[in-house]
Amino acid sequence: MEGEERGTMSIEEFLKKDEQKDLLRFLTAGSVDDGKSTLIGRLLFDSKKLYEDQLDALERDSKRVGNAGEHIDYALLLDGLKAEREQGITIDVAYRYFSTNNRKFIIADTPGHEQYTRNMITGGSTANLAVILVDARTGVITQTRRHTYLVSLLGIKHVVLAVNKMDLVDFSKEVFDKIVSDYQAFISPLGIPDLQCIPLSALDGDNVVEKSQRTPWYDGPSLLEFLETVKIGNDHNLKDFRYPVQYVLRPNLDFRGFCGKVASGIVRKGDEVLALPSGKKSHIKSIVTYEGEIDYAFPPMSVTLTLEDEIDVSRGEMLVHPDNVPSIGRNFEAMLVWMDEEVMDMEKSFFLKQTTNTSRTRIDHIEYKVDINTMEHLSVENGRLKKEDVPMQLNQIARVVLTSSKEIFFDPYTQNKATGSFILIDPITNNTSAVGMIIGSIDEKDVRNTMELPVLNLPKLNIPTEHYETVDKIVKELNRQGIALDVKK
Amino acid sequence: MPSTPHKPSIIMKEEYKLSHLKELEAESIHIIREVAAEFENPVMLYSIGKDSSVMVRLAEKAFAPGKVPFPLMHIDSKWKFKEMIQFRDEYAKKYGWNLIVESNMEAFRAGVGPFTHGSKVHTDIMKTQALLHALDKYKFDAAFGGARRDEEKSRAKERIFSFRNEFHQWDPKHQRPELWDIYNTRIRKGESIRVFPLSNWTELDVWQYIRLEKIPIVPLYFAKVRPVVNIDGQLIMPDDDRLPAKYKDKIEMKKIRFRTLGCWPLTGAIESDADTIEKIVEEMMTTTKSERTTRVIDFDQEASMEQKKREGYF
Repeated sequence: MEGEERGTMSIEEFLKKDEQKDLLRFLTAGSVDDGKSTLIGRLLFDSKKLYEDQLDALERDSKRVGNAGEHIDYALLLDGLKAEREQGITIDVAYRYFSTNNRKFIIADTPGHEQYTRNMITGGSTANLAVILVDARTGVITQTRRHTYLVSLLGIKHVVLAVNKMDLVDFSKEVFDKIVSDYQAFISPLGIPDLQCIPLSALDGDNVVEKSQRTPWYDGPSLLEFLETVKIGNDHNLKDFRYPVQYVLRPNLDFRGFCGKVASGIVRKGDEVLALPSGKKSHIKSIVTYEGEIDYAFPPMSVTLTLEDEIDVSRGEMLVHPDNVPSIGRNFEAMLVWMDEEVMDMEKSFFLKQTTNTSRTRIDHIEYKVDINTMEHLSVENGRLKKEDVPMQLNQIARVVLTSSKEIFFDPYTQNKATGSFILIDPITNNTSAVGMIIGSIDEKDVRNTMELPVLNLPKLNIPTEHYETVDKIVKELNRQGIALDVKK
Repeated sequence: MPSTPHKPSIIMKEEYKLSHLKELEAESIHIIREVAAEFENPVMLYSIGKDSSVMVRLAEKAFAPGKVPFPLMHIDSKWKFKEMIQFRDEYAKKYGWNLIVESNMEAFRAGVGPFTHGSKVHTDIMKTQALLHALDKYKFDAAFGGARRDEEKSRAKERIFSFRNEFHQWDPKHQRPELWDIYNTRIRKGESIRVFPLSNWTELDVWQYIRLEKIPIVPLYFAKVRPVVNIDGQLIMPDDDRLPAKYKDKIEMKKIRFRTLGCWPLTGAIESDADTIEKIVEEMMTTTKSERTTRVIDFDQEASMEQKKREGYF
């Protein structure tokens, strides 16, 4: 639409309007058979994102290796890599960009068939909205449930059920209504607040950009109308101020700034803040940006904070409001998604990266695995899981208890994505082995393997007191690298 | 540095909501700081193009009022436009950047160039090899690049933090999962990460940002009457006396500009009247050819950008 939307607008007016646009990130889930590539291709095509040379290449390729008969095979445009074109598979996530009069859009396009869990989780973590495709002829199938479960796990609040290929069921209201009621029954326990169901035909363009004449019984918006107008507000948590310190800026002796991204909540100049884990308090002296000082900051702004008092805060530590603190602890429960081809090693000590904080962590135990087709819980206790099948494998999801080697500051993922999410990194291969969404803290008594901190008893080791400062420095550096020690003086 | 607080036009009407550009800016600054915090020896690769100009400004913003804690590195293929080199040196001086310039001098002295060796060999030796050599020489463990995902198909699938093995190669099939804004920065000795802070920016976003932030760019982006010669359908501007003699009497004067900047024999100009950013945007939105069609290197072999990425070229 970029070309057309201007109409009689001057370029200056257009740019002025463009400045004001907001950004919607959305995920598309479904397989090639559902017409996903065709749908995305049409959104890009109808918004003039496809240039003539890309279209020429597309037409050339469609004739050569296409699978869409007389039609342009949009899948060829989207499946970019040589390896994919040769093997007819889609790797992982591809990002697409387009814009309309009111919004800019980023599509995370994930293939639906192979490795769907890893792909969808990767593509969906930053999405505000998910478009889930179903084929009108088959309706809600196992795959639809799977995609929807993953969307709910990621905490995506807005879902569009795109009932595609309506042309093949004669645009039947009955067929559409049946699919919608099946889906609503399934989705209601998952806690997705906003659902929009749209009957469409990606191939012919019905209800994709324009409202279709062929669905007079449907009074909702077309897909693009909905994407353009859905109120995403600020999907960030604006209540609880959390500021993980990312980088300490000391350009000169008079300036000590704490750079970071406001993870959640709002911070104002003059606010009292508490530094975690030190527990020291101070007030916000200034909120600094390149353009100058500002009075308040909110997510996802990247700013620099200075404090009234000279207190020591390092990367990985967190500034919060004293009357609103996150959970602080070493033991927590989370939904974990295994992303590594290597099977989980329960004895391994992984690197845990959560906000800007890195520590070491162990999997204490697995409470249950989730069958993502039926959402049933599988555990040794209920007899659905054999002991030897407990360690997680690629694409599996489980509820687990973790213990970290130092205290971390977190909130439940459902309340705060920014402080409730983490990744686990394999210490040997450096792969991102798993990603997790925190449920909450857990009592010491519910942890099966207590992980004692190694003790460094300085008097016992005959370390003279004049070296204590150096020891503290080393301990702090180890701490930064994720290894905690208990120092006794 | 301007002292005005937030530009009111960029804050959305609805409170606590950023415009798309401010959101992209915040995301990029977060990425840049993450690299400075987690790597020992990062570098920012600088191509002198418009995207690089935006990336460099974002780095300046990330550490204001301090100085950017890593250097800027330009791989000079020795065939860049003179105006680019002049711009580079003036900009680095004005904004206090530590600028590293590296070239494959051995190959240069041996006479390697696009006219004699073809675009593929030239790009490989003067750009890819020079870059890899420089990365090894300084032992950089992270290198920022200004690539955008909307530019080209293989880039659309690349992570923001893109892992490279000890041979600087990209393996599209074994990319690390990348979720939320949590980046895995762990590498072994000799391995490195390429970081693309502008991944989510589009061409229009870049122009819009240059316009709003008044970011200086090389004048070659703006239309002016310049000498050009038609070589295999591309309008090439002879920038020095290395143009082969057979073309010399075919030079004509045309009002042209460049949509991308690279080696002068490999970068085609377009005929244009766009001499302001507004006109450039207008032209861009009505144009029917994508940005990279003026790049000779994209067409010289099948899936060529993907291949070059695998070999370590950006």
